[in-house]
Amino acid sequence: MRIVVLTKPVPDPASGGERLTAEGRLDRANSPAVVNGNDEYVLEKALKLVEAAGEGEVIVLTMAPATAPETMRKALAMGATRGVLVTDPAIGGSCTVATTRILAAALKTLEFDLALAGVDTSDGGAGVVAPGVAALTGLPYLSYAATIEPDAAAGKVRVNRITPAGYDVLEAPTPALISGTQALGEPRYPSLKGIMAARNKEIATLSLADLGIDPATVGTAGATTKVVGSRPPEPRAATRVVRDEPDEAARQVVALLAERRLI
Amino acid sequence: MARALAPGARLAMWPQAYVRQDRANRATLRGTMGPVTTANRAHGPFRLTEEHEMLRDAVRVLADEQVAPRAADIDRSAEFPDDLRRLLADQDILALPFPEEHGGLGGELLSICLAIEQLSRACATTGLILAVQELGSLPISIAGTPEQQAHWFPKLASGEQLIAFALTEAEAGSDVAAARTRAVRDGNDYVIDGAKRFISHGSVADLIVVFAVTDPEAERHRRLSAFVVEVPTDGFAVTRLEHKMGIRGSPTAELAFDHVRVPAANLLGGEGDGFDIAMRTLDRSRPGIAAQAVGIAQGALEVATAYARDRKQFGGRIGDFQMIGAMLADMDAGTEAARQLLYRACVEIDAGAADASRWSAMCKLVAGDNAMRVTTDAVQVLGGYGYIDEFPVERMMRDAKITQLYEGTQQIQRLVIARALLGKGG
Repeated sequence: MRIVVLTKPVPDPASGGERLTAEGRLDRANSPAVVNGNDEYVLEKALKLVEAAGEGEVIVLTMAPATAPETMRKALAMGATRGVLVTDPAIGGSCTVATTRILAAALKTLEFDLALAGVDTSDGGAGVVAPGVAALTGLPYLSYAATIEPDAAAGKVRVNRITPAGYDVLEAPTPALISGTQALGEPRYPSLKGIMAARNKEIATLSLADLGIDPATVGTAGATTKVVGSRPPEPRAATRVVRDEPDEAARQVVALLAERRLI
Repeated sequence: MARALAPGARLAMWPQAYVRQDRANRATLRGTMGPVTTANRAHGPFRLTEEHEMLRDAVRVLADEQVAPRAADIDRSAEFPDDLRRLLADQDILALPFPEEHGGLGGELLSICLAIEQLSRACATTGLILAVQELGSLPISIAGTPEQQAHWFPKLASGEQLIAFALTEAEAGSDVAAARTRAVRDGNDYVIDGAKRFISHGSVADLIVVFAVTDPEAERHRRLSAFVVEVPTDGFAVTRLEHKMGIRGSPTAELAFDHVRVPAANLLGGEGDGFDIAMRTLDRSRPGIAAQAVGIAQGALEVATAYARDRKQFGGRIGDFQMIGAMLADMDAGTEAARQLLYRACVEIDAGAADASRWSAMCKLVAGDNAMRVTTDAVQVLGGYGYIDEFPVERMMRDAKITQLYEGTQQIQRLVIARALLGKGG
C-alpha cells in the first residue's frame, strides 16, 4: 500500500502570531511553522493503513518555501517514509488555482494507491485545493472522510463521508484522492526513536522546472485572487465557566440556556 | 594614627620580602596542585545541538498536552500515574538512558536531563519516573557485566519494567556507610535481611537494586555490596508507603527483606564495591534531580508570568508593578543560571571530568535552592490564588522542597563541593 499525504506547513495557530504582511502575504517570520492540524489526522490514518497492510510507504508531499523540511521532519518522525518538497522562489504568493496546478503536477510524478489531504488548512482555510488536484489529475475524489477502508485485492476504497444527516458511503477505484476529517482519529506523537530516525529520511526537492511549469503562470505574477485586507475577528464576550460537579453544572447550563430562550 | 598614602603606595607598606614569599607560595601552590577543578580550564561556548532541541521540544509538547492536564489529579489522589509511565514508554522516553544494543536510545546525560526537565515543568511526579528509572539502572550501567546488562536492560528500556534504587535506611541517610541491611553468602545465593526506607518507586518497581553489608568487619567504605533483586520474591514486602508533602504520585516505600534469596549472579561488581557504586551512581543521577528542579522552577515561572500579565489591580496588570516585575526577573535569571550550570555539568560528567562529583553536587545545590525560591515567589506573585489548588504553584512549591532533600541533602552537596575544593585531607 502506497499512500501520498498532502501536508502544508502553517503558522502555529497556538502561537497567536498568525498575521499578514503589508502586501497581504502570510507573515511566516511572526510565528513558528507546524504541520497543518487536519493533515496530521490523515497522516495518522495513512500510517495506520500502511501498518495494517504490513507493507508499503507513506510519502509526504508539500509545496512550501525552502525552510519546509523543518516542518516535514515532524511528519517523518511520526512515521512517514519519505518526503517530496516542491519549492521554488517563483511559487511565493501563489493563489489556490496555482497551488492546485503545482500539487497536481507533483502528484503525477508519484506512484500511489491513495492520496490523502486534510479537509482544509488552518491558515488559508479555502478547502478547495484537494478537490482541484483531483480534478486536474482525473482522480476519483472522496471528501469529508470519517473512515477510509481500502480493499487492495479489489482495487477499491470505501469511505464514510460525513453529511449533516450522518454518513454517505462512497466507493471508488484506486488510485483515488480523499480529503479526511478529524473523525479519522487522533494523530500520534512522534516517538523519540521516530525523531532520531527522521533525521536520516529522504526529502526530495522538485522545482517548477522539474514539473514543467512556467514560473510566470504561478506566484504573485500569476495570481487569480488578491488579498485586499484582513482584520482579526471581534473579541468574544466574557466567557462564563461552570466548574461545579456534573449534575449541578448541567442544571446551571440548562438554566442559562433557558434564560436566553435558546432551549 | 591615620596616615594618608600616596596613590599606588599601599603595596609598598608591606616588606618586599613578604611580597616575594607570598608570590612564591602561590606559584608553588599552582605548580603542585594544578587546577583544583575543571572550572578554570578553557571551554568553548555552550549551545544545545539541533538534535537536543528536537528532543526537548518533542517532550515539551507531550508534557503540555498529555502530562500537565493530569498533574493536579495525580497530586490529589497520590496514585502512581501508570498511564503516564506507559506514555513515556511508548514514546521511547524511558529508553533514553539505555544503550542502543539493548533497545535503548543511548542518550547521554544531557538528553536525559532535558527530558526530565520538560516533564517536571508539567508534573514533578512524572519527571521522576524517568529520573528514578535512570537512578536505578545506573548501578547496572556502572558495575554490571555485559551479561547482566543484556539480562535486565531490554525490559527497562522498553518501559515494561521499572527499577528502584534502595540505598537509604531509617538510620542510614546521609551516612550511607552506616547501612545495616545484611547479605550473607549461602552456596550460589546471597540471603538478604534488613529494611530500606524512602525508596522511590519501591512499591511499583519490578527490579530493586539493594545495597547490603556483606562484610561488617571491613573498612567502612568496603562493607557494602549491590544486588539486583527481582520482585515479587519470597521474603520481600512493601511495609509502608509514606504520606508526603510533594511528589505525591511517586510512591515512596519502606521495604522489608526477610531472608530474601538472590542468585550470586545478581551481585553487581564484586563484594565490597557497593559504596563506590552508590557514590558513582549519585554523581550521575544528581543532575537528574537538578533537571527536575529546573523544570519545576520553569513551570512555576510560566504560571506566575501568565498571571502577572492577566491579573489587574489598581487599574493595571500587576506585572507592570515594579515589585512584581522584579520578582519575575529574578525568578527567570535564577532559573536560567541553574539550567546553564546543569547543562554544563551534564557535559562535564559525560566527558569524564575528574571532578564529576563536584559538578553534580553543584548543579543539584543551585537548582534545588532556586526551585524552592522560585516556587515560593510564584505563590507570592499569585497572592491568595497561589495558596489554593485552583492554580498549580502551591503544588510546585511542595514538589520543589524534595529537590533540596533527596539524593543527598543540600548540606551533603556542599560537603561534596568543599571536599573537591580542599581535598579530603587527613
